[in-house]
Amino acid sequence: MEKFTVLNSVAAPLMLANVDTDLIIRIERLYRLDRGELGAWAFESLRYLSDDRENPQFLLNQPPWRGARILLAAENFGCGSSREGAVWALWDLGVRCVIAPSFGDIFYNNCIQNGMLPLRLAAEQVESLAAEAKNVGGEISVDLAAQQVRTASGRLLAFDIEPGQRETLLKGLDAISLTLAYSAEIDKYQERDRMLRPWLYRKA
Amino acid sequence: MHSMAARTLFDKLWDAHVVADLGDDVALLHVDRQLLHDLSGYRALRELQRRGLQVRNPERAYAVPDHLVSSAPGRSGGNAEWSNLQINGLRSSCDKWGIRLFDVNDAEQGIVHVIGPELGLTQPGLLIVCGDSHTSTHGALGALAWGIGSSELVHVLATQTIVQKRPRRLRVHFSGRLAPGVEAKDLILYLIGREGAAAGTGYAVEYAGEAISELDMEGRMTLCNLSIEWGAKIGMVAPDARTCDWLKGRPHAPRERDWDAATTAWRALRSDAGARFDREIEVDACKVEPQITWGTSPQDTIAVSARVPDPSATNDIARRAAMHKALEYMGLVPGQAIAGTRIDRVFIGSCTNSRLVDLRRAAMLVQRAGRRVAPHVRAWVVPGSQSVKREAEAEGLDRIFLDAGFEWREPGCALCVGANGELIAPGERCVSTSNRNFVGRQGPQARTHLASPVMAAAAALAGEIADAREF
Ligand code: SF4
Repeated sequence: MEKFTVLNSVAAPLMLANVDTDLIIRIERLYRLDRGELGAWAFESLRYLSDDRENPQFLLNQPPWRGARILLAAENFGCGSSREGAVWALWDLGVRCVIAPSFGDIFYNNCIQNGMLPLRLAAEQVESLAAEAKNVGGEISVDLAAQQVRTASGRLLAFDIEPGQRETLLKGLDAISLTLAYSAEIDKYQERDRMLRPWLYRKA
Repeated sequence: MHSMAARTLFDKLWDAHVVADLGDDVALLHVDRQLLHDLSGYRALRELQRRGLQVRNPERAYAVPDHLVSSAPGRSGGNAEWSNLQINGLRSSCDKWGIRLFDVNDAEQGIVHVIGPELGLTQPGLLIVCGDSHTSTHGALGALAWGIGSSELVHVLATQTIVQKRPRRLRVHFSGRLAPGVEAKDLILYLIGREGAAAGTGYAVEYAGEAISELDMEGRMTLCNLSIEWGAKIGMVAPDARTCDWLKGRPHAPRERDWDAATTAWRALRSDAGARFDREIEVDACKVEPQITWGTSPQDTIAVSARVPDPSATNDIARRAAMHKALEYMGLVPGQAIAGTRIDRVFIGSCTNSRLVDLRRAAMLVQRAGRRVAPHVRAWVVPGSQSVKREAEAEGLDRIFLDAGFEWREPGCALCVGANGELIAPGERCVSTSNRNFVGRQGPQARTHLASPVMAAAAALAGEIADAREF
């Protein structure tokens, strides 16, 4: 998995609440296309007009924000379906970090699994970043090791992340190989469970 | 460390599945069963194979094609070549690993969250995951169940465990009883509307109180199913006598002396008196009226007797803008009565509301009304599983629907998400018993109103949004 260390980019102030994963990527795009091919379909209902032309009103179609690697959003970003394709579609669009006050729980974990940073800041802080993005512009910098966002004007905002997830992202760790080191413990759990809940182990 | 103090149901289940404590409230948990469907399940198996990993415990995995299968009468697979490619892929992966597959026309096929409980694969105390956010449904039986992404599912298949951070605990206490004509769907939509689509984020939710004890198992499933629509990955109801009665005799339920041992263990699965929740919410169930959504989030819900809300009544600028957008998408005007809004389609189905009692209640309304589906409306009934379909046909529900002009179709997700190509046309308005009214959920530009099965049946007959209590 790609490591996440420091990311410098403009931050696109999308600032919508409750952006659901259906909106990020429609389901039928996911089984006809693979990871790596989804960028064109991310946010399709917002990005294109009914005649398939780009919608010039949509933020990510506008010059400073097109290709932004950081998205700013309002609360509950990535709610709804568990589809991991939502993360892949954002990834294919070039996004590596979403900053929001809160995230859908499944989406949040899916980000960690894919080297994308879901970054939680207080709503006022995200709003101040959005205001700065619109009024001042310029790149912001996200430093995961330092757990700090440096705004375009040089303000520093600290953020929290669960230590294991931070480690996973910083080192691009593979969760499965880490867990396979616990094989003996898993065996032991299953042996004990067989005694505790024998009914689960008989053939129906 | 939690064993002596009063514990919540959630904590009992969590603690019982810890394989290793990874620190910072993160644990490696044992997964008892994983359910695979034709989208995320197949993708995970493909990825596992690509990475050269092994399925550690294939006997703990169960697979079913549900999203991509056609719901057309007499179907034999998907509606298109690419859906059959996926279904075939799932078939051969299951074959290769020795995973039990409930194939397209298997007597036990159905929507993954319908067949799990129905077959007794879902039981109190089990930790169950599936690459699907509505896995919360299984919590209705006192299982610890939640939806995961396909990478996490690969992890589960390869290790039979999952790494998770312990969520906070939230209890919703529903006092009083539901009024006649009000269903579990109304109760949970009402709650989501009141609390908001993000209120449950980060929590494992337990639903309790008189209204829940009184609720049939299917209603509890509807309730837990929509947990994710207010942000909670996990929703659960403590198992009780009703849970045990409902499970008894099901194909994978414990038998004979196992049954006694299992039910004894299940009885301990409830929150102890004095157990501490991080948050508690009270809802007076008597006050809830039949609900219908007006917008593009499940939180956009009102009583069927109410008027479409006016965005200018809110001071929150962002919320006001979001409401305007939703109303524009839905083609509704602030202040108009929601009842009487002309509709084009009705969908009775999905893992939320496609079980036998759902269909029974809708059919009873149709029979009682003695009316036919309005001529301009196309109304579908899609049973949640083959077993639901068989039982419904044995009771003659299919005849009631067909005689009234509904279509009676084959089990699967169908119009809930349209992954099988069955869609609502752009601009069409659908009253749907499913769980998501997101922009484009039932098709690009499709307008979805979420409601209970009786509300959907009433709308089909009236040709417009209508109050089921008047039928
Ligand atoms: S019925 Fe709808 S919500 Fe349920 S599993 Fe199928 S697509 Fe998902």
